[in-house]
Amino acid sequence: MAITTPAEAGTTVIAQTTTPKRSLAARLFRERYGFLLLLPGLLYFIWFRYVPMLGNIIAFEDYSPFQGFMHSDWVGLKHFKRIFEDAEVIRVIWNTLYLSFLQIVFAFPIPIVLALMLNEVKNQRVKRLVQSVVYLPHFLSWVVVAGIVTIFLKTEGIVNKLLDLSFSMDPISFLQEPSWFMPLIVLEVIWKEAGWGTIIFLAALSGVNPTLYEAAIVDGANRWRQIWHITLPAIRGTIVILLILRLGSVLDSGFTQIFLMLNPFTMQVGNVLDTFVYFKGIQQSDFSFGTAVGLFKGVVGLVLILAANKVAKKFGEEGVF
Amino acid sequence: MPIKRTLSDRIADGINLFLLLLLAFVMIFPFYYIIAVSFSSYEEYVNTELLLFPKTWVLDAYRFIFDSKEFIRSIGVTVYITIVGSVVSLLLTSTMAFALTRRLWGQRFYLFLVLFTFIFGAGMIPTYLIVKATGLIDSYWSLIIPDAIGSFNLIVMRQFFLSIPEELNEAAVIDGANDLQIFTRIILPLSKPALAAFGLFYAVSQWNTYFTAILYLNDPAKWTVQVILRQIVILDDATNTLASAARDAAQSAHLPPPETIGMAAIILATVPILIVYPFLQKHFAKGVMLGSVKG
Repeated sequence: MAITTPAEAGTTVIAQTTTPKRSLAARLFRERYGFLLLLPGLLYFIWFRYVPMLGNIIAFEDYSPFQGFMHSDWVGLKHFKRIFEDAEVIRVIWNTLYLSFLQIVFAFPIPIVLALMLNEVKNQRVKRLVQSVVYLPHFLSWVVVAGIVTIFLKTEGIVNKLLDLSFSMDPISFLQEPSWFMPLIVLEVIWKEAGWGTIIFLAALSGVNPTLYEAAIVDGANRWRQIWHITLPAIRGTIVILLILRLGSVLDSGFTQIFLMLNPFTMQVGNVLDTFVYFKGIQQSDFSFGTAVGLFKGVVGLVLILAANKVAKKFGEEGVF
Repeated sequence: MPIKRTLSDRIADGINLFLLLLLAFVMIFPFYYIIAVSFSSYEEYVNTELLLFPKTWVLDAYRFIFDSKEFIRSIGVTVYITIVGSVVSLLLTSTMAFALTRRLWGQRFYLFLVLFTFIFGAGMIPTYLIVKATGLIDSYWSLIIPDAIGSFNLIVMRQFFLSIPEELNEAAVIDGANDLQIFTRIILPLSKPALAAFGLFYAVSQWNTYFTAILYLNDPAKWTVQVILRQIVILDDATNTLASAARDAAQSAHLPPPETIGMAAIILATVPILIVYPFLQKHFAKGVMLGSVKG
């Protein structure tokens, strides 16, 4: 920061000589090229991100595409009441929470463990090889991942063949079996994203001062003690931040992945808020109800993330904001 | 660090390495298996207990796909939206990211607008209605414009631009350059690695476009490769009776079976990503780390 001080002094000198009076109009004129560059992006954000936020107002209306959201009938909280009266929505919320619980317990810790394991590898070439391989699935589409899972797990697929060959088991129809749905979703997430998730932890670990380890060894700490007392504390802040963000999205299940895995057999246990909004709002054109469910989801997520952030700060962590 | 490693250290290292290599194998095996089966004949696939290496390598499945207009057309569509989409995204992201590094009037407000979208999104239906109102339904622009700027990419790119020494800009200002000239003559040429990285990120996400395509494109002739892929691979299984009927028909017509066609389709839809992956890999770790230390 100290370097910029003389430079800043330089600009003020120039500014004083060219524009003695700093009126707003003069300032905007001077910055016109900057605004020219800002404008397309700003318009994008306003039109495709913020106007739709205002568009959530249709959750309080009986929206009809012909009347538009300015002229549709205002019905207040009617659609929000429907959320809690509809047994289907209650089940969908339950499915969503259950999936989130599974994700936090099983999928969230895996990148941390994987990063710790990778961090212990001393051979740089082996480390890089393993990293390249575990990062790769992140770049595949969910269609490809779901396709691979479908091919592997269908009744005549390789997994059932292996089960038959080694344990002479009857084929299991994993894809139609409701009890397998959520575990499969979590396993897919782990396969696709676990390696990618290590990047941020490895970045935090690369900043650890090696002399800490030397000091610990001198003090007689073994490998486990080093991990426990040096490595883990080094990534604690990162873990907390990611956990906050995760808690903020407990109602987000990832539309595409679930949509691709759903079929009539698993609809009961697998329909989550994201897919429900699509089926109701888009496919059945119940725009207002779909929007109400989506808004409910977004607001709960916002509240959760702010709450989690507060709690993290209370415990002396940095938090996100 | 010339510290002696004890026996237990070596054992722990060995186990660790073994587990990691096992994991790498689990990650890579599906690719291998799908490639192997896509090149095998149907008879061999059905009759072999566990096909891990085809005895005869045949191209039937690939030939069938290249003959089907549907798949090839979807590849064409996807190539088009990938190229146009990445260019548009890169242009919008870099100009705005640069503008957010300038001390423009109201700069903190614009930055807030971007950061707020990190924690609150508008929701599927209002966004759909806006895209519809804009008249983009059934247009390829609906796959490009509504997701043109990734907020996270924007912030990371801004961070990258901020890391370029301010003295360069000031020297240019003294030489009489305006923001537009600073952007095109100084910032962009110095940011080629970042632009390449984000361009690839955008390209991968366009290539993988699925959800927006089913949401905004009603006309099957416009579907992207991922949508077609789902038709071939996943829907085939969900409706079991239909699939087996199709298989019988395929057998009597001496067409390759749905299984190998599905696998060949997966391979073809993945090849472009496997090709750019080495280039991507060079850059992404740096990009993600830059983002994680946002100030």
